[in-house]
Amino acid sequence: MNRRWPVFLLKNLVRMTLLVICISIVTFGLMKASPVDPLQANVGQAALGSMSQEQREKLEEYWGVNTSPVEQYLSWAGDFIRGDMGTSLLYRQPVTRVIAVKLSNSLFLMVMAWILSGILGFALGALAGMNQGRLVDKCIKGYCLVISSTPAFWLALLLLMVFAVWLGWFPIGLSVPIGVEASGVTLADRIYHAVLPALTLSITGISNIALHTREKMIEVMGSDYILFARMRGEKGLRLLRRYALRGVLLPAVTLHFASISEIFGGSVLVEQVFSYPGLGQAAVAAGLGSDMPLLMAITIVSALFVFGGNLAANILYGVIDPRIRRGGTAE
Amino acid sequence: MKVPVLKIEHMNISFTQYDRGMRQVELPTIRDLNVEVHEGEIVAVVGSSGSGKSLLAHGVMGVLPYNASMGGKIVYRGEELTADRIARLRGNEIVLVPQSLSYLNPFAKVGYQIRKGRKDAQTRQRLDDIFKRYDLKKEVEDLYPFELSGGMNRRVLIATAMIENPRLVIADEPTPGLDLKVAKRAMRHFRELADMGAAVLIITHDLELALETVDRIAVFYAGTTIEEAGVGDFEKEETLRHPYTKALWRAMPKNGFQFIPGSQPYVKNMPEGCPFMPRCGQCTEACRGQIPYKEIRGGRVRCLYAE
Amino acid sequence: MKMGNRRIRVLAGLGFSLTFLAVVCIWGSLSTETARVTDFSRVNIPPCLRYPFGTDWLGRDMLARTLKGLSMSIWIGILSAAVSAAVALVLGITSATMGKAADSVISFLIDLIMGVPHILLLILISVALGKGLRGVIIGVSLTHWPSLARLIRAEVIQLRESPYIQIARRLGKGRWYIAGKHMLPHLIPQFIVGLVLLFPHAILHESSVTFLGFGLSTEQPAIGIVLSEAMKYLVTGKWWLALFPGLLLVFTVVMFYVMGESLRKLLDPNSVHQ
Repeated sequence: MNRRWPVFLLKNLVRMTLLVICISIVTFGLMKASPVDPLQANVGQAALGSMSQEQREKLEEYWGVNTSPVEQYLSWAGDFIRGDMGTSLLYRQPVTRVIAVKLSNSLFLMVMAWILSGILGFALGALAGMNQGRLVDKCIKGYCLVISSTPAFWLALLLLMVFAVWLGWFPIGLSVPIGVEASGVTLADRIYHAVLPALTLSITGISNIALHTREKMIEVMGSDYILFARMRGEKGLRLLRRYALRGVLLPAVTLHFASISEIFGGSVLVEQVFSYPGLGQAAVAAGLGSDMPLLMAITIVSALFVFGGNLAANILYGVIDPRIRRGGTAE
Repeated sequence: MKVPVLKIEHMNISFTQYDRGMRQVELPTIRDLNVEVHEGEIVAVVGSSGSGKSLLAHGVMGVLPYNASMGGKIVYRGEELTADRIARLRGNEIVLVPQSLSYLNPFAKVGYQIRKGRKDAQTRQRLDDIFKRYDLKKEVEDLYPFELSGGMNRRVLIATAMIENPRLVIADEPTPGLDLKVAKRAMRHFRELADMGAAVLIITHDLELALETVDRIAVFYAGTTIEEAGVGDFEKEETLRHPYTKALWRAMPKNGFQFIPGSQPYVKNMPEGCPFMPRCGQCTEACRGQIPYKEIRGGRVRCLYAE
Repeated sequence: MKMGNRRIRVLAGLGFSLTFLAVVCIWGSLSTETARVTDFSRVNIPPCLRYPFGTDWLGRDMLARTLKGLSMSIWIGILSAAVSAAVALVLGITSATMGKAADSVISFLIDLIMGVPHILLLILISVALGKGLRGVIIGVSLTHWPSLARLIRAEVIQLRESPYIQIARRLGKGRWYIAGKHMLPHLIPQFIVGLVLLFPHAILHESSVTFLGFGLSTEQPAIGIVLSEAMKYLVTGKWWLALFPGLLLVFTVVMFYVMGESLRKLLDPNSVHQ
């Protein structure tokens, strides 16, 4: 590792922090601009009635008319950093707690889908790239085209229709069996309920990574260094493993880390269809119910994940690519 | 006379391309190319840059791109070099020395690549010997291609050929943009390979440099070989056979630096008959027809009026 | 073994996709009334010859509703993709030509938009604009430009460095002359392909966000709404409500991709070898 590493890392972190701050400002601005007054929208409901005096004051503080937007933002951001994300109007709980529960549900789903789609996508892409123009390639390309043209929510509907309604193999929704105490939920239950949503997410996630891997594979297979390796008598799996794989795997992994945003977006739709109580479903509920504190917190949490993925991608690039690791410049 | 190690007869390589609109056209990039190399001999195929002569190397090695097709006959040590045969021989008996570092895997260490991943004691010993001979330090083995200095990379590329037991070495433009001293040194390495008994075919644009090291020269013009001559024939203009070769001779600095006007015809509008016709002072109506490749004074030439 | 001429096949693909999309748009616009008619004498009919897509619980013809919804979605998609592409063009050129500061500001802006999952951002914008059609169009327009802007930026930078433009500059040609005479002809094909390839994304996101319940009301049956209504009846076994409209939506998006790819192949000079 050379000395430029800490600088590289620091630069990335600073940029990330700046971006998150900007996102929080924009989000806050958007929420302020909304013609729907969250207090008004929720006042008639039982929500406000059951709130403590303190909670209600907090709300007034964020959304009150007596302070300037800048002050409101600063006070909200200050609380946010201290770990107080406000109170959810819909769930009548601290946003932190809502997010903790929902996020753990979603993460379970997303991690499964992320890994599955990564492995499958890479394998399919590599296969297609090595057989460019042949039938396998055409099938995989066709599959990717259809999948990237399919809205995630419709695919979810389709799978729900086939596997849950017709075949009855899987439950229609929810992450746990209804009426079972939280402590009584086994891991098996959770997996059982997450299979269909995770499957949907994986299927949609494959196309991007597969197409990208395919392109890269074709590029690498057409590169001078593979040509030379072939002229030196290397072929088949050996050629793939010794020469091509690294050049293809590296950008694929990078892309997969950078595409966390898409899995996040997909989970919003998929969770809605399967009524899976994750972060995505909470985001939709918060949006429809004008639950501003929750919506803002979800936005920032998801942005943190996206930037975290980007950061991981950048670091990984540095670790695997000798040109960067040894202090040279890539390209 | 001994059987040549490599004998290329009437090699044709063409590409399929789309012209304007819907038409598919065949682009004959190499037409009727003939050359032969013997054991212990270095032959240079000399032609201007970008004239498609690298394809010759790719054609012999059996790695042409998918939209190219090849015709003619390649004979290796008395037997036709079929696709199967070259697939078996390339990388051990028949090796290629590439023109630049971009032909090495950027993600793997140099030593590993030269050994092609082999780890046996014999290969390691061989590599040590080669490194000693080329004055490369042991540490170079652990460098990545991008870390090599300009002087090192030439030797590393040649080392990829030396590690095998080549009977035929093809070098594709081995001295691109090198200064004269380094280039001459690179050429000496090929001489050493030839002295060890290999046949060496060098594809280059640099006639002067070639003249210093090689034994015979095949002049490549507009996709075809127009003359094959011994190096000695280049001492005087009169001993050369083809008007283009003579023009090349006159263009050399020591012979007056005179250039002839015009440029090589592009494959798409190649004239019938002699490709040099538009620039030739001697051409007649007969040059529009078939020009045979005939033997004259121990060399070969494709010109009706050569004597 | 070459199957005919590839360029003719590309042209055929382009022609077919254009025709299909035009038919959907026109047919959809013509079936505004049919799509709205409720008739309780024909509720919940599975697909048959008379109603190829079946009817729903109010006796509405699903084929008409699907076509109407699709044509609306296509129009919304085209409109917001066009706005998005215009934004991308302006920002891409700006960041390539207006110096380092502008470049880093725009690249920061791109990172900012890419930092939030698209759907979430669409929800935010929709909420900020009080939901409704306007929110969806503005949301999709504001979120889809980054990739195209990057492409245009790269293209402009590459063009600027190219020898013939350097030469034109040496010859003392004006900035606008160079931009108009040398840059635009190269940029326009790229831009058109980029624009067409934005359509499918725009339509997918538009349908997703309406599916979630942001944006259009049930009186405006965009395809997302048709499908979200169908979801409620899925459990009762009315599979046709979701299957056919969805299939047609997928096919429409595929057609947009085909159109974009065909255009790319026709306009890209590098495709001569294929």
